[in-house]
Amino acid sequence: MAYVRFENISFSYGDNQVLKDFSLSLPKNEIMCLVGPSGCGKTTLVRCLLGLSRPDQGEIYVDDVCMFSSKRRINVPAERRGIGIVFQDYAVWPHLTVKENIAYPLRKRRVKREEIARRVQNVLKQVSMSEYINHLPSQLSGGQQQRVAIARALMSSDSLIVLDEPITNLDAKLRDQMLNEIRELQRNIGTTIFYITHDQRAALHLGDQLAIMDPQGELVQIGTDEDIILRPKNRFIFEFIGVTNFLPLKFIDSAYHLDLGGQMVPWPEEVPPEVGGGLPLDMGIRPNDITFDGASPIRARVRRSVFLGSEYDYFVQAGDRELRVQQSTLDATLVGVAKEGSEVGLRFLNPHYYPAVARGA
Amino acid sequence: MINLRKNRDLAAMEGRRFSLDGMMTGLSFVLLLVIVVTPIFMIVYHAFFYEGKFTLDLIVDQLTRDTTIASMWNTIKIGALVTVFGTIMGVFYAWLLGRSNIPGKKLMRSLFTIPYMFPPFLGAMAWDLLLNGRSGYLNRWLMQTFNLSSAPLNINTIWGIVFVEISYYFPFVFMQVVSALERMDPTLEESARIAGARQGKVIWKITLPLVTPAISAGALQILISSLAHFGVPAILGFSQGIFTLPTRIYSVIARSGGSFEGIRQAAALSILLVAVVSLALWVQKKVLSSGGYDIIKGKSMRPTLINLRGARIPLFVLALSTLVVIVVVPLGMIFLVGLVRAYGLPLIPANFTLANYQRIFTTSGTLASIKNSLVLSISAGIISMLLGTLIAYVVQKIKPKGTGALEILSVLPYSIPGTVLAIGVILAWSGSLRINLYNTLWIILIAYIARYLSFSMKTSSAALLQVHPSLEEAARTCGASHTESLKDITLPLIRPAMVSGFFLIFLPAMREVTTSVLLYGPYTRTLGVQIYSLRDAGMMPQASALGSVAIVLIIIINAVVNTLNKDRRGV
Repeated sequence: MAYVRFENISFSYGDNQVLKDFSLSLPKNEIMCLVGPSGCGKTTLVRCLLGLSRPDQGEIYVDDVCMFSSKRRINVPAERRGIGIVFQDYAVWPHLTVKENIAYPLRKRRVKREEIARRVQNVLKQVSMSEYINHLPSQLSGGQQQRVAIARALMSSDSLIVLDEPITNLDAKLRDQMLNEIRELQRNIGTTIFYITHDQRAALHLGDQLAIMDPQGELVQIGTDEDIILRPKNRFIFEFIGVTNFLPLKFIDSAYHLDLGGQMVPWPEEVPPEVGGGLPLDMGIRPNDITFDGASPIRARVRRSVFLGSEYDYFVQAGDRELRVQQSTLDATLVGVAKEGSEVGLRFLNPHYYPAVARGA
Repeated sequence: MINLRKNRDLAAMEGRRFSLDGMMTGLSFVLLLVIVVTPIFMIVYHAFFYEGKFTLDLIVDQLTRDTTIASMWNTIKIGALVTVFGTIMGVFYAWLLGRSNIPGKKLMRSLFTIPYMFPPFLGAMAWDLLLNGRSGYLNRWLMQTFNLSSAPLNINTIWGIVFVEISYYFPFVFMQVVSALERMDPTLEESARIAGARQGKVIWKITLPLVTPAISAGALQILISSLAHFGVPAILGFSQGIFTLPTRIYSVIARSGGSFEGIRQAAALSILLVAVVSLALWVQKKVLSSGGYDIIKGKSMRPTLINLRGARIPLFVLALSTLVVIVVVPLGMIFLVGLVRAYGLPLIPANFTLANYQRIFTTSGTLASIKNSLVLSISAGIISMLLGTLIAYVVQKIKPKGTGALEILSVLPYSIPGTVLAIGVILAWSGSLRINLYNTLWIILIAYIARYLSFSMKTSSAALLQVHPSLEEAARTCGASHTESLKDITLPLIRPAMVSGFFLIFLPAMREVTTSVLLYGPYTRTLGVQIYSLRDAGMMPQASALGSVAIVLIIIINAVVNTLNKDRRGV
């Protein structure tokens, strides 16, 4: 059941068309992560949803209420859309205390004083900030301001909250912690969350569903984390979502060969005919989809190995191509760690084939 | 949960709603048109058009008079000298108090900014009392002591004017440079030292070029202020027939007794003064073309201090004596002469009396002048603060078409001399546009607002830049209308800046002479005008007593401002 619907949204700044016929549906009571590189139009979409920017074309529905429609000339003002937002810079008002910040949406809705006090207490408990109720934002750390912003968003709406790059300004450890807390909060309250980020890792961490935008502002793929990682729809998503190796495949003597720079090795895997067909290809592979196999005809030399605790990270040289290989520590103890300088054979699991692009891989 | 009371935005999408933003934009343009553009237009019109026809006769006529040429030349000469020496003095003391290990730095720094709030015309008065060619106290003492037949020093000269103006205008450069030196990244100098440059070379090759933008900004302020300055040349120059353009304009108006011909001549002279100011600005831009440095940071850092070694004490004495000469002597002179029974009597306790104070507080004219100044400064302060903030909001946040024009219009009066502005206000608001405000407080108020609007506009602009748009947007999404978000979020956040904008206007308005001396009527004398006229009428002790009252008022208000600024909440 779609809770929020964007239908054919178009938006441009002057001549710069940011969004074109953009459509997206958010399922109710789930976390939807909208992921895309900087400047792809994510924030513009959020601003349209909140009523802070006005799309040129299209329609926006929240819970089947029309918030915006260019055709029907509807544009509900921001203050009446009832959507909670956490901005990237938190936008916690520096002249108001934590309590006043959080109570503001309720005050604007003319909620009774005792009711406000009760709900502020409540929400502060949820974000574990109860002891800071009378602090000013300047007395809080970044993470704490973040929680205040989330609490305030929860006050604006308990059904839909938008988080626009909310953890970018925090350090790595706090980031993980906040993601877990947001996840936990969503489970407890059941809010629909629209999470906007350029950080695919945070999105994978948090989202029930991921929607991925390309730099042109097109929606490329929607799916669960598994869909996105295991079945990326195109090369952009494949590259965007994690570390990748690309190796060129050449069609020589009616068979594909791996081009290792001067040296051609027959490609042992089957290339699906719909992508192959004799054209040159780029084979994309994740570091953890490469395994060491002494019997493999594809030979390489280990140049460097880095132990990262949960895994080993290798830089291996095959012909004149350098590849990243990851081996989980468990595998390493079973199969043995590859020494720097030793020769290994490589096996490629789950390769992805894309039409070759101009040299570089 | 979403309450669609009624869909007002159906109309908004067709642009029919009477929007708050549109209203504020429109209001800003109208106000600037009335307050700023009208007087400027009236001057240009009357200088170049006579009975509806374009003519250069008036300008040519003025330009062929020796008196005009002489006063133009004086204006330029004084402006140039004051700028050069004031800048040198400002930079030197800024460096000495900002970067050396001279003793008593903190106290001296605040003492060095006193001349900034002290009205220059009172300083001129004090020096006139001391060093007047005929009757100055110091001159007479020197003549008696050394049996001289004529006064050894004469303040009523071009150099005298230059000296007094420097002592009140050098703080412009001083304050700018001190703060630039404070915010400068000390590693820049340290790396030059590490690279092998000697101390002197670092100052000359690194420090000085880095603070050049601050120096040129301060020098520009000195130049504009000096070219447009009325008080000092009026007090020191009139008796010797030394005129600058602003004082010439004043005397033309005063002599003509308010006739239209006189005002037209004044308009022509005003055009010349504006031309001189523009020329000076252009020359200064050529000479001091400063690139943009981003090396000076907003953060305060702790720069290394330079050890003066043997020069420490002599330089300390030099700084101290400078303070004595520019602050203590004039202040003391005003206070003492305010106490003396009759001008010319020796300044000894036997001759002291409080009668002057009694007289100024019992004369209705004087009391009225204090009241007028208070009323004018407070209302000009409040109105300009509100208008300036309104315009700043339109320029910074709404950014409509024509933002640039709006910004230029609001800061334009800052570079237009007060005298010129006064002439424009007379031409615009004394009947020719069917509104006659002449001889009322309103006309002075309009002139003050035009003159000081840019002050509050600048402080509010800077504060609004600090208010990130997401703060207001967050309020909107929390259910606040545009008006409510302004009231609840933006205004409280810029309130401190608005308050300091008010005082930035209130203080100079309290001691204003330049425009009010041309606009006052029988019942609308201001404090400055009253002091000026008492002195003009030869009542030196009373003028000094009233001057003392003005100084005390200014000091009290300053102290109040400083304590107010200290306990601000959060932000």
